Amino acid sequence: MKTVNYIKIEIPSKSTNEGLARSIAACFAAQLDPTLEEIGDIKTAVSEAVTNSIVHAYPDEIGKISIRGRIFDDNTLEIVVQDWGRGIKDIEQAMEPMFTTGGDDRSGMGFTIMESFMDKLKVKSAEGKGTTVTMRRRLSFRTGTKR
Amino acid sequence: MKITTEFRRGRLTVWLHGELDHHAAKEVIGTICDEIDECLPSSCILDFKGVGFMDSSGIAVILKTYKRMRELNGSLLILNASKQVMRVLEMSGIGKFIGMEEINA
Ligand SMILES: Nc1ncnc2c1ncn2[C@@H]1O[C@H](COP(=O)(O)OP(=O)(O)O)[C@@H](O)[C@H]1O
Ligand SMILES: [Mg+2]
Repeated sequence: MKTVNYIKIEIPSKSTNEGLARSIAACFAAQLDPTLEEIGDIKTAVSEAVTNSIVHAYPDEIGKISIRGRIFDDNTLEIVVQDWGRGIKDIEQAMEPMFTTGGDDRSGMGFTIMESFMDKLKVKSAEGKGTTVTMRRRLSFRTGTKR
Repeated sequence: MKITTEFRRGRLTVWLHGELDHHAAKEVIGTICDEIDECLPSSCILDFKGVGFMDSSGIAVILKTYKRMRELNGSLLILNASKQVMRVLEMSGIGKFIGMEEINA
């Protein structure tokens, strides 16, 4: 697969940036001529990943979040969200539906949503070092779509 | 996020406008809980007509509202959820115990 376009941005872990991050991802994905539903799914998945870095990776400090996007020549969008925060002790447990360390402010559905709204989800994490979430979604080819 | 509320004949209606994410959630749940505590409604309606986007933070807001209403033996109804909001709600299984309706008035 060849990369046909990419984007890299860095944001501080402030909650005002949640909306910004998902809007940028949606704008970047727009060149693949996605459907409204596809755009909704991408925005939701990105919002979940970025919110996790803001809430869980840096609970009492403002840290750095890197968001990278790539578009491949088979109409696949890849989004990588990386932080250098607390990390996850047990990834398998963290990815279970309804599992949360955030109390009743959180629903524990973030990873479940990322997993089902995207085609692929990979989570890499080390305690005290940080977390990298990689998501891919292949978008539908629509008639008349040009890249 | 803009929040408007109305209390009439035991029913608290909350209209949400904007994007319901983690950034907005704190204020939204605070406002809803304050209104419930003040009005002690027998039913609560969350109208999502003005909500263009919601993520899993919104699920937590709805669940908290539901728990608060249950403590009062009251009911909760979600109105006018968009397709995107419905997709997120479906993941949570909330629809099994909270009423949802679309009213195009
Ligand atoms: N970037 C991260 N850094 C540290 N911990 C994380 C991160 N992302 C997720 N987690 C852990 O995984 C759990 C589950 O995440 P998620 O499914 O999004 O649910 P929620 O955010 O509602 O807790 C979180 O409660 C947290 O303990
Ligand atoms: Mg989450």
